[in-house]
Amino acid sequence: MSLDLVRVDDRLIHGQVVVGWGRELKPDLMVLADDEVAANEWEQKLYALGVPCGMKVEFTTVEEAASSVDTWAHDSCKTIIIVSDIDSLQRLCNGAPIIRKVNLGGVHNDGDRQQHLPYLFLSEAEVGQLRVLATRGIEITAQDLPNSAPVTLEDLL
Amino acid sequence: MSKALRGVVVSHGDVGSALVEAVHAITGDDHALVAVSNEGCSRDSLGLLVSEAAGDGDCILFVDLPGGSCLQAAARFQREHSSTTVVAGVNLAMLLDFVHHRDAAPSEAAARAVNVGAGAIRLIGE
Repeated sequence: MSLDLVRVDDRLIHGQVVVGWGRELKPDLMVLADDEVAANEWEQKLYALGVPCGMKVEFTTVEEAASSVDTWAHDSCKTIIIVSDIDSLQRLCNGAPIIRKVNLGGVHNDGDRQQHLPYLFLSEAEVGQLRVLATRGIEITAQDLPNSAPVTLEDLL
Repeated sequence: MSKALRGVVVSHGDVGSALVEAVHAITGDDHALVAVSNEGCSRDSLGLLVSEAAGDGDCILFVDLPGGSCLQAAARFQREHSSTTVVAGVNLAMLLDFVHHRDAAPSEAAARAVNVGAGAIRLIGE
């Protein structure tokens, strides 16, 4: 299986993902699964600027990504999938049961969220969504960078 | 004479504020530059900080890397504000020069900053 990381990060493609996780996992493909970016070519070009040479990037809707996860998971290509929020993560996992592990890498405060870690703020609704995913056996950990200690959902909440 | 250009240094962590402090320490200027950090910011909140720092006048946004959240925020602001120019790969040399050449048009000042910044990167000792 070569689905190396499924990450929630509202900054999408940025330094921590490209440099931090990119150097650790050495992915061949980075998938940005976001409905708004998938519909905006200008934003896609902007995000593509941060992707190093030699690494492919695909821009998809969450639904399109969910339908392709099985292919990516069985491909020899090493893949990272990034979504922007918990709602997108839930939709992705609902459409792709093969996903068994997810990484919470950056959800910031929008005024309605409670802080759990310096880089992780969650609303009550989002906590509920994560609990639902956890009951399905999906391993959920918060970890901003590869050399940080992962925090399990239990410890987080 | 038109109003002098302002510079906003948009960076990861404390890089921007350290550069601005260094410019102040070297030149005494404390009006030309302000720093914005992406620390703890979402896309939206960083965009708001950049917008507040840049204001409505002519401005150059200096960002640390040619990709990533700081560049993205700066480019989104520039797209809506034609009086703004973005320079990626900020360094101290270009900022020191910038504070003394703020009467130029944004595009001219940005081109100068790129030349000065690139010219300051040298291999020493060979």
